Amino acid sequence: MSLNVIWYVLFVIVIAGYLIMDGFDLGVGILHLFVAKTDEERRISLNSIGPVWDGNEVWLVLGGGALFAAFPLVYASLFSGFYIAMMLVLVVLIMRTVAIEFRSKEQNPRWRSLWDTVFFLSSLGIALLLGVAFGNIMAGIPLDENQNISASLLSLLSPFALLVGVTTIFMLALHGAIYLTMKTEGNLQARVRKWIPRLMIIFFVFNTLVVISTVLQHQTITERYLAEIWPIIFPALALVALIVAAYMLRQGRDFVAFLASGAMIALLLFSAAAGLYPNLLISSIDPAYNLTIFNAASESNTLTVMLVIALIGLPFVLLYTAGVYYIFRGKVKLTPQSY
Amino acid sequence: MNPELLSRFQFALTASFHFIFPPISMGLGLLLVIIGIIYVRTGNPKWRQISFFWVKVYGLVFAMGIATGIVQEFEFGMNWAQYSRFVGNIFGALLAAEGIFAFFLEGGFLGLMLFGGNRLGPRMWLLSTFMVVFGAHFSALWILMANSWMQTPAGYTIQPGATGPQAVMTSFAEVVLTPSFFPRLLHVWVASWMVGASLMLSVSAWYLLKNRYVDLSRSAFKVALPVFVILSITQAVFFGANQAIEVTNYQPVKLAAMEGVWESQSCAPMYLVGWVNEAEMTTTGISIPCLLSFLAYQNINATVTGLEAFPADVWAPVNLTFQVYHLMINLGGLFVLISLLGALFFFWKRRIFETRWLLWIFVFSIGLTELATLSGWWTAEFGRQPWIVWELLLTADAISPILTGSQVAFSVGTFVVLYSILFILFIYLLNEKIQHGPEELSAVEEKPVSSLPDSFREIFGKPRA
Repeated sequence: MSLNVIWYVLFVIVIAGYLIMDGFDLGVGILHLFVAKTDEERRISLNSIGPVWDGNEVWLVLGGGALFAAFPLVYASLFSGFYIAMMLVLVVLIMRTVAIEFRSKEQNPRWRSLWDTVFFLSSLGIALLLGVAFGNIMAGIPLDENQNISASLLSLLSPFALLVGVTTIFMLALHGAIYLTMKTEGNLQARVRKWIPRLMIIFFVFNTLVVISTVLQHQTITERYLAEIWPIIFPALALVALIVAAYMLRQGRDFVAFLASGAMIALLLFSAAAGLYPNLLISSIDPAYNLTIFNAASESNTLTVMLVIALIGLPFVLLYTAGVYYIFRGKVKLTPQSY
Repeated sequence: MNPELLSRFQFALTASFHFIFPPISMGLGLLLVIIGIIYVRTGNPKWRQISFFWVKVYGLVFAMGIATGIVQEFEFGMNWAQYSRFVGNIFGALLAAEGIFAFFLEGGFLGLMLFGGNRLGPRMWLLSTFMVVFGAHFSALWILMANSWMQTPAGYTIQPGATGPQAVMTSFAEVVLTPSFFPRLLHVWVASWMVGASLMLSVSAWYLLKNRYVDLSRSAFKVALPVFVILSITQAVFFGANQAIEVTNYQPVKLAAMEGVWESQSCAPMYLVGWVNEAEMTTTGISIPCLLSFLAYQNINATVTGLEAFPADVWAPVNLTFQVYHLMINLGGLFVLISLLGALFFFWKRRIFETRWLLWIFVFSIGLTELATLSGWWTAEFGRQPWIVWELLLTADAISPILTGSQVAFSVGTFVVLYSILFILFIYLLNEKIQHGPEELSAVEEKPVSSLPDSFREIFGKPRA
C-alpha cells in the first residue's frame, strides 16, 4: 500500500472517529429539548457529555489538520470554495461551545432556556452542515482547472445534499439517544427509550433514499462499486450493525447497542469513502480536474513524518480517551462542579 | 471591497481575540499546579478551596480558547488558500501534530480537571491538572514552531505544483528547530506565565481591597507575587532581549522597522517613545543613545542596518510596527517597576497588604499583561509584512483567488458581532464568579477527601460500588 492510500485510510478513520465520538454528543444536543423536560433532566443530559464533548471535538480539529497536512490542495480548495458554508460551521461550533459552558452559570430560567435552544440549534446545525457538505462531495462539485470551486451557498443546497444532511441529523440523534439511555435513569430514560424506535425507522428510510439516489444519480460512485464488488461489504455490514443495535436495545444491553451504532456510522462512512476512492473531490465540470489522493497529496517526506507522528500519538489518544470514559462511567450524578 | 484587506483584518481580529485566552490557560495553569503541589504536601484545606475557585475560572477561560481557536484552522483554507497550497507540506504537518499530541491531551484531561475535584483524590486531581497545563504548553510549542517556520523558514525546498510553487519538506529536524523557534517559545511561555500570575494577583488584590476572603487572598497573592517578580525581571533582561537579538540576526529589516531606523548607523539609539513619519522617512522621539546597538550586538559601536539598505517594497508598515513594539517594551519596563515595588513592600516592609495604592496597581495588572502579550504578537506579525512566509511568499499572493469582497465582508461582520457578544458574556460571567468568590469547602465536597480514589490502582482496580 502506498503512503497516499495509507493516509486516505487514516483520514477516513479520523473522520469516522469524529462522527462516532462527537456524533453522540451532537445527538444529545439535538434530542435534549424533546426528551428532557425539567431543569434537572436538562442538566443530566448536558452533563452526560460534560467531561467528554471537548475531547470529542478534537477529532474534528485533527481531521482538519490531517487534511491540511496530507492533502493540502483539497484542504485549500474545499475551505475556500465552501467559504460561507464553512463560516456557518464556525458560527455553530462557537455557539455550541458557549452554550454548553454558559448555560448553568446563571439560575435564571430564561437564561437557561435561551442557551438550551442555542445548544439544540447549534448541534442540529453542525449535523446538517456536515451532511450537506458530505452530500456535495459525493455528488461532485464545480471544481475548475485552477482547482477553484465556484459555488454559491444556494447551489450547495441541492435536494441530494439536503437529503444527506437530514439523514445525518437522524443518524446522530439515534446515536445520541442510545448514549443517553446508558447515562440516564427513571423518567428521562423511559422517554429516550420511546424515541429510539421512531428515530431508527426514520433514519432507515432516509438512509435507504440516500443509497437509492446515489446509485441512480452518481455514476462515479456506482461504477466503482460495479468494478470492484468487494466494497459492498461495508454497506452490508452497516445494515447488520443497525439490526444488532436494535436487537441489543430490546435485550436491554445498551452498551453493546451503542457500540453497534458507532460501528454502523463508521461503516456508512467507509461505504462512501470506498465509492469515492481514489478521488477526494470530484469535479462536475471535467473529471480531468478531479483532486485525488495522488495529485492533491503532500510529498512522501511529509507523509512519512506524519505517519510516524500518528503512530506515536494515536495509541496515547486511545489510551486516555478510554481512561476518561472509564472514570466517568455509569449514570450521571449531578455535583456542585457540574454544568 | 478588497477581499485581501478584509481578510487581513479578519485574521488579525480572530487571532488577537483568541490570543487573549491561551496565555491564561498556561499561566494560571502553572499556578494551579504549584498550588496543587502545596496542598498535597501540606494538606491545608485552604489550598484546596483556592483550587476549586480558580479551576472554575480556568474552565471558563479554556472554553473561550477552544471556541475561538478552531477558527484559525479554518481560516488558513478559507481566506488563505494559496498560502495553504504553498505551505501544506510543512505548516499543515505541524498543525496536525498539535492536534494529535496536544489537543487530545488537553481535551482528554480537561474533563477530569474541571469535574474531577470531588471524584478524584488530591494527587490524581493534580495529575489531571498537570496534564491539561502540559497540553496547553505543548500546543503553544507546535504553534510557535509553525509560526517560527514562517518567520525563519528552513529545511525546505521549493517545487513547482499544479497551482504554483510549493514548499516541500527536506528535513523535519530543520523545520522544527528553525533559528527563531527557541527564543520565541521561551519569550511566549514566560509572557504567558506573567499573564497567569497577574490574573491571580489582580483578583486577590481586589478581594484584599474589599476585605473579603482575606486569608485565602493573602495565600494566593504570596504564591503569585514571587512568580511575577522573577518572571518580569528575567523577561526584560534575558528572554525578551534574547528575542531581539534573534530578530537582529535573522530579520534585520524587521528590527529596523521596530526601532524606526532609517539610515544604517553605529551607536544607534533606542527610542522610549516616538513617532515615525513614513513619508519623510524620519523618526522623532525621546531616545537613549547607543542602546539599540548595545542590545542588538552587545557593542555600543556596532552598526545597525537601516531600512534604506533594503528595497522599500520589503518594509513592514514602519510606524505601526514601531508603536506596537514600543507598547510592549514599555509595558515590560513597567512590569519590572511594579515587581520591584511589590518585592520592596512585601519583603522589606512587610506591609504590602495594607498598601492600598499598590494593590490597586495589581488589580489593573491583568489588563496590562494581556495588552503586552498581544502587542508582542502584533510586533511579530506586522513586522513580518509584506511576507506571510519570510522572503518566500508575499501575503498579497497568499489570498484565496476566488474570494469576493462581499463574502469576506459578511464573515468579518459576523465575527465582529459574535466576538463582541462573546466578550461581553465572558466578562460578565468572569465578574460573577469573582463577585461570588470561593465556596466553602463543605459546599463542594460530597465525600471526604480521604475516601476519594488517589491512584490509578484505586480507579481502575476496584469494582464499581
